[in-house]
Amino acid sequence: MERKIILENIEVEGIRSLEVYRENGGYKSIEKALKKMTPDEVVNEVKTSGLRGRGGAGFPTGMKWSFIDKKSGNPRYLVCNADESEPGTFKDRYLLMNIPHRLIEGMICASYALGANKAYIYVRGEFKTVIGILNEAIKESYKAGLLGKNILGSGYDLDLHVHTGAGAYICGEETALLESLEGKRGNPRLKPPFPAIKGLYDCPTVVNNVETLANIGWIVNNGGEEYAKIGVGRSTGTKLISACGNINNPGVYEIELGLPVEEFIYSDKYCGGVKGGKELKAVIPGGSSVPILPKHLILKTAEGQPRLMSYESLSEGGFVSGSMLGSGGFIVYDEDACIVRNTYNFSRFYHHESCGQCSPCREGTSWMESVLHRIENGEGRMKDIDLLVSIAGKIEGNTICPLGDAAAWPVAAAIRHFRHEFEFHVENPEVVKNVKHGSLEKFMEIPAITGE
Amino acid sequence: MSEKQFKHKLYVKKGPKVAFTPETLEKIKTIISHYPEGQQKSALIPVLHIAQEELGGSLNVDIMDYVAELLGITPIEVYEVATFYSQFYLDPVGKYVIEVCQTGPCAICGADDMIAYLEEKLNIKVGETTEDKLFSLKAVECLGACGSAPVMQVNTEFHEFLDLKKIDEIIAKLRSESEIKKPEELTWKERLS
Repeated sequence: MERKIILENIEVEGIRSLEVYRENGGYKSIEKALKKMTPDEVVNEVKTSGLRGRGGAGFPTGMKWSFIDKKSGNPRYLVCNADESEPGTFKDRYLLMNIPHRLIEGMICASYALGANKAYIYVRGEFKTVIGILNEAIKESYKAGLLGKNILGSGYDLDLHVHTGAGAYICGEETALLESLEGKRGNPRLKPPFPAIKGLYDCPTVVNNVETLANIGWIVNNGGEEYAKIGVGRSTGTKLISACGNINNPGVYEIELGLPVEEFIYSDKYCGGVKGGKELKAVIPGGSSVPILPKHLILKTAEGQPRLMSYESLSEGGFVSGSMLGSGGFIVYDEDACIVRNTYNFSRFYHHESCGQCSPCREGTSWMESVLHRIENGEGRMKDIDLLVSIAGKIEGNTICPLGDAAAWPVAAAIRHFRHEFEFHVENPEVVKNVKHGSLEKFMEIPAITGE
Repeated sequence: MSEKQFKHKLYVKKGPKVAFTPETLEKIKTIISHYPEGQQKSALIPVLHIAQEELGGSLNVDIMDYVAELLGITPIEVYEVATFYSQFYLDPVGKYVIEVCQTGPCAICGADDMIAYLEEKLNIKVGETTEDKLFSLKAVECLGACGSAPVMQVNTEFHEFLDLKKIDEIIAKLRSESEIKKPEELTWKERLS
């Protein structure tokens, strides 16, 4: 099932530079799209390919493009979302560090399809190195006539710039990203109007993830139908999975959608099994926002079918026994991981990252954090567990943007699948209190008391 | 109004002249040119990054007012952005800001221990600065490098796959680096010798 589209030729030395990238077949799609195809033909190819947004929501890309308002006469924009801050996800950073021209190539084709003459790449502020690499790559492309006025003599103009963020998870949400790009706080906007009608500077805008745009060059070259043949069912193509946590080989892997989860975790080609020969306990398959699944549900669905790495298979069973493919941040937990501590950790993250616009999210995330904090530190009460479920249920669906859902789901799922661990924390406060995290105990060879 | 409110960092204007060098102003002009006519406010975040980097490592009211004037926007528009994003510091920081990631994947790979070790080594708590103004220690949320956890960044330079030995090396290197003075910091006697 090995198939490389996005990471093709990544092993070639110097692929980061334009020269080597072009020698290996790069930027061919530009010639084809700009000179032989109309913008609508490009959009149609992407539609046939069945490519879905790789940022987490999985919305069909071709459809998103076709919504763009071409009648208003306002300038159109393409914005690339490289504000990768979902815990567990680091695929875009890997892609941009190693093969930045793949994104630029995709962005030129996409801008042409949308009729945009200005495009931005919004990179999170922490990625200083990435910003440097991207700026260098853009400069090279300008010099080679691949950007700027009259690209390759086709009469099409495109300006591409990098915009830096400054450390805010919420700016990964597309409307918050646009606000931030306009130099404001990253407060998500109410939808509708969708960005395709009123986006950046109130003009029609499409926001796509780095990985989504990196696929476009291949689709233009080989056709949407070829692309649709890869993968399984409505999950077409390949996906970058960033695997981390307690595994032997953490890193970024490109897989064909439809790979069995079991193979992904245990094969030496991918994760290489759980670190230290320990037992697998749980997996978060799509970045911290999606529900956590225990071992028996991640390897097989509730019906006993093997679970596959695809949008449909991972969400089979709804939130009762399923999860989501999300952004592909694959976090693996071994038998020693404390789910309560981990849930507390994530709820602290969401509390910190909530923009504060909607009350359910602003108040709810901080409430969940403090309740989880007291359970984790042995001061919890039995009714706190149901309280958490209740708070999570009241945040979900009651906020402008999906951050509220993203904060609620992990807590609800952790309690659904690991309720006994929460109860253990409440019933055994002495044990819980004596586990000192971050006290350097394990380095001093003092045997620590472990829960359970 | 209580005294505390009076002393809030957003209200105290110290009044020293802040200004960018002509080269920096040129750089800012290029950044503004990336955005359409009349949308120079878009350059705010990049310009605040530059301001923080070149004018002492953190922001204060004087700097923010200067940036507002430069971009032709009201000061409040700068304050609201500077207080929203976690990369902008409104309190003075040390020369090296050490930010250790403490979220999920880093936490299960030992981020807590790294933070505890740094606290012990630098003899400060998270959020504080050492007395010699060399190091500030912060615990931050996901830095987006979970595959190489635990991770920390020192002034936006990433250090990955941390362990105690590696931290020792990094701190030692930063200490030795800081001892070499920049030419403009030397006294005229030192320069002559």
